[in-house]
Amino acid sequence: MTLAATTAAAHGFLSPTGVEVAFVLVGLATLGAALVTVTTRQLVHAALWLVVALGGLAVEYLLLTAEFIAWVQVLIYVGSVVVLLLFGLMLTKAPIGRSPDADSGNRPVALAVALAAAAALVWVVVDAFRTTWIDLDGPAQGSTDVIGQILFRHWVLPFEALSVLLLAALVGAIVLSRKKKEDER
Amino acid sequence: MTTTTLAVLVPLLPFLGSVAGLLLGRTAPGLVRPLAVLPTLTAAVLAALVAARQGGGRAIDAATQLTPTGSVPIDLALHIDGFAALVAVLVGVVATCVQVYSTGYLRDDPRYPSYAALVSLFTSAMLLVVYSGDLMVLLVGWEVMGICSYFLVGHYWETPEARSASLKAFLVTKLGDVPFLIGLFALAADAGTFRITGVLGAVASGGLDHPTVIALLLLAGVAGKSAQFPLHTWLPDAMAGPTPVSALIHAATMVAAGIYFTARLLPVFAASAAAMTVLAVMAAITMVGSALAALAQDDIKRVLAYSTMGQLGYMAGALAVGDRGAAVFHLLSHAAFKALLFLAAGAVIHAAGTNSLTAMSRMSGLARRVPDAYWTMTVALLALAAIPPFAGFFSKEAVLVAAEHTALGERDVAPAGAGWTVLVAGLLTALLTAAYALRLWLRTFRGRGPEAPDHGRQPIAMTSVLWVLAIPSLGFGTTVTYLDDWFDGHALTPTLTTAVLGTGLAVAGAVITYAVWRTLATRTPVTASVPAPVPRVAHPDAEAGQVEAEALHLPRPAEDPADPGRALLGPLHGPAAAGFHLDAVYRTAFVRPVLAAASLVRFLDREVVDTYVRAAGNGAKGLGWLVRRAQTGNVQTYLSALLAGSVVLAIVAVALANAVAGA
Amino acid sequence: MHLAYPAVLAALLFAVGLYGVLARRNAILVLMSVELMLNAVNLNLVAFDVWLRDALHAGQALTLFTVAVAAAEIGIGLAIVLMVHRNRGTSDVDRLRDTREQPSAEEKAEAAA
Repeated sequence: MTLAATTAAAHGFLSPTGVEVAFVLVGLATLGAALVTVTTRQLVHAALWLVVALGGLAVEYLLLTAEFIAWVQVLIYVGSVVVLLLFGLMLTKAPIGRSPDADSGNRPVALAVALAAAAALVWVVVDAFRTTWIDLDGPAQGSTDVIGQILFRHWVLPFEALSVLLLAALVGAIVLSRKKKEDER
Repeated sequence: MTTTTLAVLVPLLPFLGSVAGLLLGRTAPGLVRPLAVLPTLTAAVLAALVAARQGGGRAIDAATQLTPTGSVPIDLALHIDGFAALVAVLVGVVATCVQVYSTGYLRDDPRYPSYAALVSLFTSAMLLVVYSGDLMVLLVGWEVMGICSYFLVGHYWETPEARSASLKAFLVTKLGDVPFLIGLFALAADAGTFRITGVLGAVASGGLDHPTVIALLLLAGVAGKSAQFPLHTWLPDAMAGPTPVSALIHAATMVAAGIYFTARLLPVFAASAAAMTVLAVMAAITMVGSALAALAQDDIKRVLAYSTMGQLGYMAGALAVGDRGAAVFHLLSHAAFKALLFLAAGAVIHAAGTNSLTAMSRMSGLARRVPDAYWTMTVALLALAAIPPFAGFFSKEAVLVAAEHTALGERDVAPAGAGWTVLVAGLLTALLTAAYALRLWLRTFRGRGPEAPDHGRQPIAMTSVLWVLAIPSLGFGTTVTYLDDWFDGHALTPTLTTAVLGTGLAVAGAVITYAVWRTLATRTPVTASVPAPVPRVAHPDAEAGQVEAEALHLPRPAEDPADPGRALLGPLHGPAAAGFHLDAVYRTAFVRPVLAAASLVRFLDREVVDTYVRAAGNGAKGLGWLVRRAQTGNVQTYLSALLAGSVVLAIVAVALANAVAGA
Repeated sequence: MHLAYPAVLAALLFAVGLYGVLARRNAILVLMSVELMLNAVNLNLVAFDVWLRDALHAGQALTLFTVAVAAAEIGIGLAIVLMVHRNRGTSDVDRLRDTREQPSAEEKAEAAA
């Protein structure tokens, strides 16, 4: 209790630093965008709000000094995944505008489960880490330089394996989505 | 061949004949008759040979053990003394007669092969009982007889009477067999062996701990097999079987087995005065009651059945006063004349086309139609009524002499009370026996009315047998002076007192019956002029067995006022005709409670036990229905349930960790 | 910076993604929600990596891999959705119920009537 008291006294929640204020504000925006993503009745809007949420997350990465991850986030998620999703929506002839049946009948159950999960997780996380302090001073820990160093020094093998996985996924996606010719049916 | 080998062959041959008959009955019909008659005949000849070799001397004992059977050994043992030798001869002769008679009687019966095989098996079982020196082996024969009697009594199973009679015979004898079995075990436990010689040795040295209990348990089995009161009710109903079967059951096998068994183990019974008294009372009630009932019956075979019970009562009475020589002597002579009576009655029923005495009394000239049956039946009835010099006179006198000796205290094997009971009942029964014997004869052969139908002569197979059996009925008494050597050595000759008393009473009974018959006949001469329809069978020219089977269905003719039995019995006639309503008593005392208990059990099973079963089934079904509802096929529902479960588990885990950390 | 901020944000994002997975009807929206959940995990990984000052930066490396796997997943997932849409004419998750308890014949007759 004493240790918690000292650290808490050193960095109280009631006297946030500038980074913290920024993090909370961006976090609220991110959360709000995410909420709209899962609740909006306009499918294309959901994808666009997802862009906001993922972009907000990229900012959070920056605030955590993980620069490289942040740019990767922007590039891959915002740049490619969301585009992919939009293409998917179009190819499945998703209705433009408000669709009344965007949510399934499972919604109350989903709400209950999600709230319970949120409550449990937040309770546990807060209970465990309410006095933990991240020291963000010093050199950036997620600079491209650092990540490149460790990625190609220590994580080379998984990295290469991952490339095989990506190749397999690519082939699989092509096979699955290829339209069969009429005479092959 | 040694005597032992011969003795082993005696029960074995009919058994093999029976098996062969059952196997070949359908494929080789021509072999059935030889297979039925020849083994039995050979067995009879061999039994006679064994008897000649044994000669009433020392008992032949032989034993072999097939397999060790634990603390109480069971041996395949022979024990042939004078009793066994003579009874085996009797069984062989009567069975041969019955087989020969059956070839004529059931000429065209489609089930003749199985019938003949069962008769052979029956004979074999009885011979096993007779020769066996081990109580367990004896029990095997005893039970085989029980099941054979079930099949044979139910030979005409198309008729409901035969079906119920066979069931009744089986169940009632089984009712006695259960205590009998327990008694055998108790006896073996006390004596330490199942060998008859061993048991008798144990009795002689006073080795029995519970003589009264054992004797009473064994008596129950004897009463069931030998149709003694109160387990006699199956015997009159067993008349639903073919007549030769009745002859076999009543004369030589089944009923004789009980008496013979008691005679063999008489020392066991004699060890308990109470058992002897019970046996005496049982015999007395059976004698008098059956004689009264016989006087009131209308069915010729039922009269004979009740007379069988009465004569068995004499034998049981002789045993009750401790004279097994007299009992077996009466068993032998009775077997001869009773087999004759039944076989002759079969011929008479065939000729008359009915088994009703009333119907027979309304036709004249029956005696001319079946002269062989007429003459032999007359001889047999005289023997039954114990008129000298016929066989029945000597054997019955032997019983009465033994009873008199016991009553007067000259013999002390049994209590004097038993002696008096048997003596008085025996004399009274002598009177009644003569009365119903004469009534039977008068009603059958002295009827008045239209001529009896003519079906031509009986087959030679049937008539010749009658004359063969008439010889011992007529002359068996002359052997009385030689027989006592074969038995225990007591003199079997009649004494003056009992001879005069017994014969006098018999003659008196006959005279009274005749007088009443004459009086009634003159008073009601209109009987003939009244066109009373005599019920007759539909196919009078068919073979005898079929005639009898059809006669079972005939409606009973109305009560005949000319019946001397009715006049003699007076108010007793009604109860006596119904067998003193013992069947009704049993029905209320045993059958109804058992049926009620069965329905209760059925109710418990159907309504109570099944409810649990059905509930278990329906519960599982309902659960299955519920679980099936959950299978919506919606992946999101499944995932929701999965994640909800995970959340709950996580919360529980965290809470538990906190609780542990806090504690 | 307090670790609680990114951790709570990640937890909430995860719950929101969870809700989306369970409540959305369109399969592509479900995929979006899955992306949200993945990103919540990524945020956690990064935050803890920064807090622990891991020499190997395992958290950030793993985040990169997760991003790659997520890209692969979205590709395959979209391909599947497209194929289902082509074959069934719908991409609604709750209408793909071939594995449900089949109604018996009389229920079918009732439904038809």
